[in-house]
Amino acid sequence: MTITGSTDSLPVVRSALARMAELEGMAAEDIHKITLAVDEALANVIKHGYGGPCDKPIHIKLEGFDEPDGRGGIRVEVRDHGRQVDPHTIKGRDLDDVRPGGLGVHIMRTVMDKVEFSCPIDGGMHLEMVKYRDGGARKPGDAGARTT
Amino acid sequence: MTAKGSTLVKEVRQETDATVVVLSGEVDMHQSPALHAALVDVANGRPKRLVLNMTDVGYMDSSGVGTLVELLRRVNGYKGKLALVNLSARVKSVFEITKLDKFFSIYLTEEQALNG
Repeated sequence: MTITGSTDSLPVVRSALARMAELEGMAAEDIHKITLAVDEALANVIKHGYGGPCDKPIHIKLEGFDEPDGRGGIRVEVRDHGRQVDPHTIKGRDLDDVRPGGLGVHIMRTVMDKVEFSCPIDGGMHLEMVKYRDGGARKPGDAGARTT
Repeated sequence: MTAKGSTLVKEVRQETDATVVVLSGEVDMHQSPALHAALVDVANGRPKRLVLNMTDVGYMDSSGVGTLVELLRRVNGYKGKLALVNLSARVKSVFEITKLDKFFSIYLTEEQALNG
């Protein structure tokens, strides 16, 4: 799905992602973690990548997958056209410093199994996040990847 | 901005030595600025005890947590007390992930928060 860099899109994205993740057999707590991570990712794009709410697009792709070893889960990709940042500098901040802000990346890295930023050659940022299904079990009768 | 300026603020109630704010809805980057302004408005009245009843808050992201951290600093600044009531497991988990739960007084019921 594609949204604009507007904060009023966030509840819509959360609802859609939660339904998609439910259809992929994710546990309720993992669905909350996925929606929270994507919400934080989109907030970071709007705030830091685009410098505030705007009409520029943000592309979100969610894909259920099952690996050959039987592990399965959800892969989420977020692609924007904002400011590029060296992925190695994207870190959560020191939590001993009690102040507002700067918690999004820490939350994303805590609740997801994989969080990987990259800089596409044509600009903007690409984020891939993975959450494995409880125990990594394959859903009965399923195989391969399913894009939603 | 008054406390009712945020759609998340359902009720502001005066109790003996305390102000109770009842919140409802989802606290995200879209809602947080108005909520922040509304809670600052309440805190400007310098209640000895500011109780946030969060029974009907189903979702909160880091912007919501940040709003409450800012409120906590403000209330601590005038030697008041901030109490959070009845956080859902999901909302509480965000405080735990960010290790901020230890800085807040969190109660199960409004009665406990008013007497705590």
